[in-house]
Amino acid sequence: MTKILVVDDSASMRQMVEFTLKSAGYEVVDTVDGQQALDIAKNTSFDLVLSDVNMPVMDGIELVRELRQLEAYKYTPILMLTTETSGDKKMAGKGAGATGWVVKPFSPDKLLATIKKVIG
Amino acid sequence: MSIDLSQFHAVFFEESFEGLELMEASLLALDVDNPDSEQINSIFRAAHSIKGGSGTFGFVQVTEFTHVLETLLDRVRDGKQTIDADCIELLLQSVDCIRSLLEALQSKEEPDTKRAAQLASVFQAVLDGGSDGNSASLVKVNAIIGEAIVAPLIETTKKDPSSVERNPVATRQQIGFNIFFKPSLEMLKDGNDPIRMLRELAALGEMETTADSDELPVLQELVPDNFYLSWTIELLTTCDIDDVEEVFEWVEGECELSITPMLEDSTVAVDSPTLYQLNDSQVKKPTTSGQRLVMPSGPLPSLDNLQLDITTEPVQAMAVAAQVTAPVKAEASSIRVGIDKVDSLINLVGELVITQSMLGQMGSSGESITDENIGKLRERLVQLEHNTRELQDSVMRIRMLPISFTFNRFPRMVRDISIQLGKKVQLELRGENTELDKTVMEKISDPMVHLIRNALDHGIEMPAHRIAAGKPEVGTIVLNVFHQGGYVIIEMTDDGGGIDRERLLAKARTKGLVGESEQLSEEQKLELLFSPGLSTVEKVSNVSGRGVGMDVVRRNIQELNGSVEASTEMGVGSTFSIRLPLTLAILDGQLVSVANQTYIFPLMSISESLQIDEAKVSNVAGGSDVYSLREEYIPILRLDRLFGLCQEIGVLKDSLLVVIESEGQKIGVVVDELLSQQQIVIKSLEENYIRVLGVSGATILGDGTVAMIVDAVGLSYLAGKDIAAAKKMTDAAA
Repeated sequence: MTKILVVDDSASMRQMVEFTLKSAGYEVVDTVDGQQALDIAKNTSFDLVLSDVNMPVMDGIELVRELRQLEAYKYTPILMLTTETSGDKKMAGKGAGATGWVVKPFSPDKLLATIKKVIG
Repeated sequence: MSIDLSQFHAVFFEESFEGLELMEASLLALDVDNPDSEQINSIFRAAHSIKGGSGTFGFVQVTEFTHVLETLLDRVRDGKQTIDADCIELLLQSVDCIRSLLEALQSKEEPDTKRAAQLASVFQAVLDGGSDGNSASLVKVNAIIGEAIVAPLIETTKKDPSSVERNPVATRQQIGFNIFFKPSLEMLKDGNDPIRMLRELAALGEMETTADSDELPVLQELVPDNFYLSWTIELLTTCDIDDVEEVFEWVEGECELSITPMLEDSTVAVDSPTLYQLNDSQVKKPTTSGQRLVMPSGPLPSLDNLQLDITTEPVQAMAVAAQVTAPVKAEASSIRVGIDKVDSLINLVGELVITQSMLGQMGSSGESITDENIGKLRERLVQLEHNTRELQDSVMRIRMLPISFTFNRFPRMVRDISIQLGKKVQLELRGENTELDKTVMEKISDPMVHLIRNALDHGIEMPAHRIAAGKPEVGTIVLNVFHQGGYVIIEMTDDGGGIDRERLLAKARTKGLVGESEQLSEEQKLELLFSPGLSTVEKVSNVSGRGVGMDVVRRNIQELNGSVEASTEMGVGSTFSIRLPLTLAILDGQLVSVANQTYIFPLMSISESLQIDEAKVSNVAGGSDVYSLREEYIPILRLDRLFGLCQEIGVLKDSLLVVIESEGQKIGVVVDELLSQQQIVIKSLEENYIRVLGVSGATILGDGTVAMIVDAVGLSYLAGKDIAAAKKMTDAAA
């Protein structure tokens, strides 16, 4: 089964994303910040990482940078969940090695459509 | 897939309110001269999360307003905007504004956006000022706000009308695109796979690709995760160029890409698939504007219906959801419980199950009863008791929340009120992680607010006075919370002017609360503070003294089975000490026996118990008995007669008198015997039976019988006539 790591400090977003993904038959592990995600990612492999950008402890950009250092996450698709309408935050994510982004607010359908792009 | 987003609303509201609290606390703590970037970051994050969540869950009003707030915070974060006291004030007001918007939405009311609009325009002014008159950025901000108004539909409304309008035009001229796509060497390294993009393109229409492998190096030079191929693609599609560009959205700047429209004059060949495609795309992207476009013309009734159904679905579904779920008021609250508490519960239940199975085994083994078996049984019963007690403690802990949940709003309150009064006050919180039952906490909030308001208004002096008195200009109010033997103590200390006992006394005398010649001890004078109808301040300000007196504060605390005491020193300050039980579900009770029935007095309400000396009992007119207790007469209340247990007048000689105190009034209650003191688990009488005056609840005793818990406040009400008689006696004696 396709395993997805979800990282978001907002409980409601996390629940919404998790519920949506599980309803679509994905296996989901959710975490509250970059550090927790990184710790889990080191011991478990995932097919996709969905991460918020603004988080305490370790933000999404830093998480992507750290994940890309790991052999197991060299090519893993990493999508940022972002509300930034401006290009520079998206570019910061890209610069750190993110695959792409999902712009908030998004509907469950849009989320699923977007992740289908990277895990076909 | 349709997912009902309203199931996440409760969590969203909860975390948003938490976020607002955090914002408020950080804003209050922020040092304007030297702002801490981590604090600003956390304020930003909170605003950001609220914006993201409200957008996702369809609370447009909040998204719209938070966006302006976030724009300002972002500028502060990037150092483009300095933060000053006015700015903090504005942000604090915004926090209030968002909170009221959310509260309205939570109780499914239409939020009042007037205030939000006003604040937004102030933000705008600040942003304008900060941008050095750069009108371009102002326009941009406006545009973003404009977009945010339709946030949930932002993706679709932007594209759909145009695609609906543009498609028919496109069919006449454009049949597809010529695409050249050359990924950079590095593209694979951020998880983007060109295959994905080709796959997506293929889904848009008919595609023919030619791969160019000329740049593929010889095997020895090939770096496995470099990318060497490029493609020339012919895509026959009715899609918009936006759709094609979107495929490559994530790799912009990481590839060479050119997309050129492929034009053709013939319209006939593509007409019918176009219509099909058009329908399909509309069905996929329902929008309200799409509905408006299709409905009036109505050439295709079936399509019309379909369109209408789908487009209105999100809106209708939401409305229906709002109707079906009965208006859940904000009170249907939840508690967030730490995982450690839940784990300890699970652990304890596990142990309970083990003990139960051990006992069960003994019971069913059919062994005869021997001393050895009895010993084992006792041992296990002790273990069961141990388990049960721990389980009880753990369950109680679930209802416990750190007192900071209530206290966190005080810094803001102190700040606002002290500004209003022109005083300088700092608030210190200590022990704010001390845990207290959620219900107790909710009920202690109002009395605390009152005490703090009082301290600010009457306690702390004006800065000039303070300096003149040789005190620091800034006054201090300390809230200290700690545990003390099964109770939580909340101490509020101010370093203000103290409470003038003589003024209290003078006031009480003019109000007739204390007789002219009556002498009071220092302690009694201070106690006057809590008597009804006494306010030492002549003029009623809007900060305190709005008719709710200290007597109400004390009564509220007593209703929680707690107590409040004051101590003060002129010129140095005052301390109010509130003592609260950890929980409302359990109280320390004194079991008494009356006419072979067991009653329970809350231990807190008993001031003393004594053997009745018949010489001190006087019978006064109207059948009331009074007892001469030191210098005063107190009414004697006979529970057996009051509760109809027996009608004969028993001999008082062998009985005991339990003196209870409620609202400053002592009452003597006659009981046959004092039994043990123990912790009582309170069961509501109202829920299980009906409300009974003089009884606050019931409990089940060890032997399975039900015992009533006596309510001191109710009893004093029942004894009203006797109290009046006793007062007369006391006055006559004085």
